[in-house]
Amino acid sequence: MPTPAPPSDTAAPARLDVVNLTASYHGRPAVADVDLAIEPRQVTALIGPSGSGKSTLLRCLNGLHLTVPGASVTGSVLLDDADIYAKDSNPVEIRQRVGMVFQRPTPFPTMSVRDNVLAGLHLGRRLGRGPHDDLAEQALTKAGLWPEVKDRLKAPGGSLSGGQQQRLCIARALAVDPEILLMDEPCSHLDPISTLTIEDLIREIKETYTVVIVTHNMQQAARVADTTAFLTMPAVGEPGRLVEVGPTERIFSTPRQQTTEDYISGKIG
Amino acid sequence: MTPLADTPATRRRVRARWRDTDTVFRYAVRAAAALVVVVLVATAVFLVAQAWPALRHYGILSFLSSDRWAPSEATTTARHPNPYGIVQFVYGTAVTSLIAMVLAVPVAVAVSLYLTEVAPGWLRKPLSGLVDLLAAIPSVVYGFWGIFALIPAVRPAGVWLSRTLGSAPGIGPVFAGPFFGVSYLVAGLVLAIMILPIITAICREVFATVPTADKESALALGATRWEMLRMAVLPRSRSGITGAAVLGLGRAVGETIAVTMVIGNSVLSITKSILGPGATMSSVIANEFTESTEPFHLQSLMVVGAWLLVIALIVNTVGKLIVRRTGEDIA
Amino acid sequence: MTARMPASPVRRGLSHRLAVNAVMTVVLALATAGVVALLVWILAYVAGQGLKYLGPVFLTQTPPGEPSQAGGGFANGIVGSVIIVGIATGLSVPAGIAAAIHLVEYRGRLARVCSFLTDVLIGLPSIVTGAFVYALWVAHFGFSGLAGAVALALIMLPLIIRATEEVLRLVPNELREASLALGVSRARTVMSIVLPTARSGIITGAMLAVARAMGETAPLLLTALGNDLFLEANPTRRMSTLSLQIFNNAITGFATAQARAWAGTLTLIIIVLVLSVGARLLSRRGIARSAR
Repeated sequence: MPTPAPPSDTAAPARLDVVNLTASYHGRPAVADVDLAIEPRQVTALIGPSGSGKSTLLRCLNGLHLTVPGASVTGSVLLDDADIYAKDSNPVEIRQRVGMVFQRPTPFPTMSVRDNVLAGLHLGRRLGRGPHDDLAEQALTKAGLWPEVKDRLKAPGGSLSGGQQQRLCIARALAVDPEILLMDEPCSHLDPISTLTIEDLIREIKETYTVVIVTHNMQQAARVADTTAFLTMPAVGEPGRLVEVGPTERIFSTPRQQTTEDYISGKIG
Repeated sequence: MTPLADTPATRRRVRARWRDTDTVFRYAVRAAAALVVVVLVATAVFLVAQAWPALRHYGILSFLSSDRWAPSEATTTARHPNPYGIVQFVYGTAVTSLIAMVLAVPVAVAVSLYLTEVAPGWLRKPLSGLVDLLAAIPSVVYGFWGIFALIPAVRPAGVWLSRTLGSAPGIGPVFAGPFFGVSYLVAGLVLAIMILPIITAICREVFATVPTADKESALALGATRWEMLRMAVLPRSRSGITGAAVLGLGRAVGETIAVTMVIGNSVLSITKSILGPGATMSSVIANEFTESTEPFHLQSLMVVGAWLLVIALIVNTVGKLIVRRTGEDIA
Repeated sequence: MTARMPASPVRRGLSHRLAVNAVMTVVLALATAGVVALLVWILAYVAGQGLKYLGPVFLTQTPPGEPSQAGGGFANGIVGSVIIVGIATGLSVPAGIAAAIHLVEYRGRLARVCSFLTDVLIGLPSIVTGAFVYALWVAHFGFSGLAGAVALALIMLPLIIRATEEVLRLVPNELREASLALGVSRARTVMSIVLPTARSGIITGAMLAVARAMGETAPLLLTALGNDLFLEANPTRRMSTLSLQIFNNAITGFATAQARAWAGTLTLIIIVLVLSVGARLLSRRGIARSAR
């Protein structure tokens, strides 16, 4: 719910509907004419070759795209039927409801593990100052990190390993109690074991959240996603387009489009 | 107030507050950025406004048509001739800056070549730090040191110059004696020391942008290190060095206190010899400002200040444009 | 044919080239050694002259009423410098950081113009800034420490903007996006994530600007004017600074006044060098920390 109330476990996951969306940088579309329904309590994977605009599409889902200079959007993204690009929508509030995890782990370097987890709450003015160890524990437990860091909550966030840092970032995103979690290639800078840990985590949190993940690792999409959307661009320099979307198993076994099959079988990208 | 309840009203209020702090913050930092523009414009406007009575009384161009600065001859009524000619100050600024450039640029280029390309690795950082420290020494210290340490040290050379070149045909007047110490030459020397670290710092950055591949391919052709510097580093850095020199010039043009202390403050006319005393645009302001009691005296000093502003703006803008263009060429 | 040429001219050419190389290497090294020697000369000379009189009396007393008398000190100038530079720092640091935030975090046309004009402002002669503050302030309200502080603040402003801008650009964009994605407003992101990450760089820049302001003399002649008679702590009246007292005592022609000026010069040099070297060490430590 769009309220500044303390986080709770009762928040219902939301759905997202992308309607005729085109996102551009300096007037040049990076991804065009996308229509996509993202169902709650599911993992939706966006796959496609580099430059197909899947990251840009993901960044449109919480409005982060517009924070880049020269970026613009047409069309709409409906978060539970309310357009996040409507004039009266508050981008800060949208980003609280739609959390995001990035390619590189981005712990805030000046903050401890605990302060990192609570950063969104403190800085979003939703919590007074104070230890709030219970909230930190809750979020870290959800991210499966609690046992590993419970004795070093005061250590700098940057002192954790890469995989731990990424789970710290997931905990930080979950602490804000979003309804939707966007993940932009969250494992691309991690070793295989950390990757598997995070994939397990994704499967767990989809029980309570709507998850959208960008990946160019097709095995990963096959392992974690319920729905898979395939994007590609007709030629280098042209905007990416959504080619096909469907249940992951069907996309990987019997794609309806030739380009999807080519990509999945490794002929392109 | 009760804790925030989830009602549409509170939701809207919270929303509005978020938006407000963000907006206030954005306008605040915007205002700070605008301050830079305002300061620059206001500087020009206020200087000209202060100078205006004198400009109107004597005519704008009359200041540039005389090299005689004689405040004691000024009266509240007489308009001709203008007792506040400023050509000798423009001349003094030009001559001292020129001497500084001629001395400082080659040394700065040599030092930055040594620091970036030649010096052993472990020496580069500490040596660069020491050269940078020259920039930290205040102007008034350079002036004081100039009077008591530099002038006695260069006096034999100055006297020798005036004896040998002073009577030479053609260039004689430039080196005419007698040499007492306070002079354009010493002012130029002090300025050279002061702008050296600035030129060195920019040159070092410029040299550091020369691609390693260029340097290695020169070396691979069998070039010695000096030939490599001449073939690969210096040609690519020509406009960067020029820009650095112009920015150094900009600093020399505006430098005040050190120059005031060693130039002799002779304002009555142009001194042709670089071994003689003179004055620069900035030195005359610093030297006479607090004692400007004659009619139109202070206003005329403001005229000098306004022209100094114009010259400094032109020199610095040109220098900055050259350096910036170089940066883009390299990138 | 040329390939069959005997090797000797080539070798002679080579030895000539190696000789040139050796000579030029020595020339470059000598130029650098000369510049360093110059620095040593200046510092040693100031230390030698300054140590003759620098002492408790100098640091705690005001100058004698008559410059030709021996004794006394620059206590009023030291206090004045601290007050004036302190006010200037208080004015310029927040404004400079805010302007740099606009340049880096918001951009746009004003930001480009401001960035360029900041460079122009850095090159503005300090005496011109002094004349500006005279016209803006002193002509109406008279000479005062406050006017001097405004002049110094205007000199520090572009230095702080430039230094802060450079370190803000080093803060990885991922951190900003990570914060924004948590639903943190842009203002809070800048204040709580970006600025703390860049803190040591900003402090370095501010310290260097303070060092610069400590030594400025020309603009103060036109604004704070100086006051050699007594210790003045009220910045709405004319005030002395260390730099002004050095200047005034240096040019008197009395050996007694010059002795005080040398002690003042040494004091000033020590303050400025501590600030400059300290800033450098701090920035090195900051770099080491962020690299880890």
